[in-house]
Amino acid sequence: MESKHVHQQIAAMRQSFFDEEVLDEIFSQLEQLEDQNNPNFVEEVFTMYFRDSTTLLETIEQAMKTVSITLAKMDRILHQLKGSSASVGANKVLNEINKTRQVLEKGNLEGTKAGIWEMRKEYDSLKAKLEPYFQLKQANSVPKEK
Amino acid sequence: MKNSSGGKGSMSTASSITTWKAGDVVPVPDQFPAGLRVLVVDDDPTCLIILEKMLRNCSYDVTKCNRAETALLKLRENRNGFDIVISDVHMPDMDGFKLLEHIGLEMDLPVIMMSADDGKDVVMKGVTHGACDYLIKPVRIEALKNIWQHVVRKRKNEWKDLEQSGSVEEGDRQPKQSEDADYSSSVNEGNWKSSKKRKDDEDETDDRDDTSTLKKPRVVWSVELHQQFVAAVNQLGIDKAVPKKILELMNVPGLTRENVASHLQKYRLYLRRLSGVSPHSCNPNNSFMNPQDETFGPLSSVHGLDLQTLTATGQLPAQCLATLQAAMLGRSTAKSSVPMPLVNQRNIFSFENPKLRFGEGQQQHVNNNNKQVNLLHGIPTTMESKQLTSLRHTSQTIGNVNMQVASHGAQSSQNNSSLIEMGQPLSRVQILNDSTVPLSVGQPIVPNGIAANVSTRNGVPENIRAPGYNLVSQTSSILNFPMNHASELPVDTFSLRSTPGMSDHTSKGAFHEDFNSEIKGSAGFLPSYEVFNDYQYKSQNWELQNAGMILDDSQHSNSLQGNLDLTQSVLVQQGFPSGQINGQNRSVPIVSKAMFSAGDSTEPGNLLNVNHHLNTIRADNTVRVKSETVADGNPSNLFVDHFGQEDLMIALLKQQQGIAPAENEFDFDGYSLDNIPV
Repeated sequence: MESKHVHQQIAAMRQSFFDEEVLDEIFSQLEQLEDQNNPNFVEEVFTMYFRDSTTLLETIEQAMKTVSITLAKMDRILHQLKGSSASVGANKVLNEINKTRQVLEKGNLEGTKAGIWEMRKEYDSLKAKLEPYFQLKQANSVPKEK
Repeated sequence: MKNSSGGKGSMSTASSITTWKAGDVVPVPDQFPAGLRVLVVDDDPTCLIILEKMLRNCSYDVTKCNRAETALLKLRENRNGFDIVISDVHMPDMDGFKLLEHIGLEMDLPVIMMSADDGKDVVMKGVTHGACDYLIKPVRIEALKNIWQHVVRKRKNEWKDLEQSGSVEEGDRQPKQSEDADYSSSVNEGNWKSSKKRKDDEDETDDRDDTSTLKKPRVVWSVELHQQFVAAVNQLGIDKAVPKKILELMNVPGLTRENVASHLQKYRLYLRRLSGVSPHSCNPNNSFMNPQDETFGPLSSVHGLDLQTLTATGQLPAQCLATLQAAMLGRSTAKSSVPMPLVNQRNIFSFENPKLRFGEGQQQHVNNNNKQVNLLHGIPTTMESKQLTSLRHTSQTIGNVNMQVASHGAQSSQNNSSLIEMGQPLSRVQILNDSTVPLSVGQPIVPNGIAANVSTRNGVPENIRAPGYNLVSQTSSILNFPMNHASELPVDTFSLRSTPGMSDHTSKGAFHEDFNSEIKGSAGFLPSYEVFNDYQYKSQNWELQNAGMILDDSQHSNSLQGNLDLTQSVLVQQGFPSGQINGQNRSVPIVSKAMFSAGDSTEPGNLLNVNHHLNTIRADNTVRVKSETVADGNPSNLFVDHFGQEDLMIALLKQQQGIAPAENEFDFDGYSLDNIPV
């Protein structure tokens, strides 16, 4: 049945996230928090995450264009991104953030910028994958088995 | 633990715990830890929402906040409304550690820190600031499931402390007393020993560990007591001061070595913070203008806290302060990191003795003419030296200052600047209010009851940047007054802005427009910190009653009294040689210290002490009020640094003592220490 197909599709999408390591077990943890009262909890979380992270990324990218960007400032933003990315299970994004911070700690501004670009790519990729997933899920919401 | 429940009494948790554990009984308790009231603070909305959900899933009763200040507000509004707090380390409006300190001091709740940062340093910082745990993000629900243990543990410890202290007071410590019968002299000693032993033996303890920051002796560290403590410490030398010797020097019946050890630990942390913080500590030229940064640094947090507290309470009577301090020391289980103790102590100085306190080194601008003693309430965090300078007080009466202060006080939210009137000698109390309060330089010398108007402002959260030095500055000025000059106010040295009322002291130091208080001389004039005592501690505002202070405006009760006290205490302790007091000598080391000891006695002798003390302090100053040299340092620096914390401590202590039913003990808004330029 169609709906069954859709659900399979949704499940497959989900599995691919783990397989590709785009998401980690923290994401599963978030899923476990969902219940009758908060059936779309994960989606809500990601909505918030995407909204704030996009802003942060834009800030940092903007700053990078200016001469006055400082490593300290970038580090602050990266720290913020790290916390939220870790909390939602955004694995690849988190990895890139960590790599970038290491480079930043060594004082390498250019390297840091490059790292931020990489991170941004992962972030965009994550968003591109998850948004359709949530949409599909939302559209076909039924108690799903984990 | 079978609690008696009485113990913590009403801690339903305690009973709950008991019952919960026992499993029998229970109607409600049975559910523990369900219903644990958690306050979670994180500026990241994503993390916040996740945590909230996780905590709800643990059956906890969750309140979330995305700003530290809001969190503090909620905590203050409903002091007993939460069982535990979880807070992020990096937040834009206030550093998580500062929040931690505030909470520890004011509400004494267990606080768990969390961060994506797992570096050893930051985790260590959590430890030193008294966090009961540190979680690394991403936080797992499993980690949250067990947070109730911190609540239980803390209560258990408190209970034990109560028990322990209670027995001290009663002179009958069950467990302890018996132990070593060596001391026959006083029950205390016996207790001391036994408690020590008990301490060693007890392991349940996390609080018994004598280095533990969790320990909370329930001794009330009154102003006088703290003064004695500081005096003893200074006498021994901070490095050599060991609890046993301090105890002996203090010779206070009923005090245990354990109490002293715990207090010392806090004091040390406070000192460390002070010294770490400001780069220029005694810069004679530090004018108030420079405030803050320096000393406020570390102090800021503490001070801020302190000041706020103090101010919040309005004028804290010296005793209150002392009490607070003691309480703080005692209570801050985790707070050991908070140097508050010192602060409180300062506050404890009562203004009654119009001793001038030297703001450590801050130049106190003492207007000799005025009788007012400007006690700078070192509201560390709040008062910035700049502010102090701006406080300049032109009018003679403290009252004026008060007004001004008060008005400024308005700035800060709860903190009201309360002018503390110093008792006799001090004529001027510099009131530091965050920034705009003009400081009236009290007349340093004071024999005539100087009213030290201390207007403390409760640390206005953001505004007060003044380095809580308000008090400090005050002290400095105060210190400058050589105690021995009865007539001549040492104040001379202070270039306090004193109005004509002052007798000839003249502000020698030229009155710097900027700073109100310059501590010029080493007049160790201790303002009567006792003034604080007079102030009634009102539940949200500490009102300083004037002990002689002109200040009557207690609009804001938040007085820095606490701060002052501290300073005073500090001053007192120091006892300077009278020789030192001399005018222009700016270096008022820790004025406050000196004052402190002298504090109680208004006699000239005190001044001497103060001076001496000041000098001494300078030397080793750790705690000193930041600017050692009075010179034209920022009075604020002087005081703030010192005062703030001490005063706060004192205030806190007092509060804890239950001096005032203040609901918020420190009624200050979480001021952001960040404001203090460090």
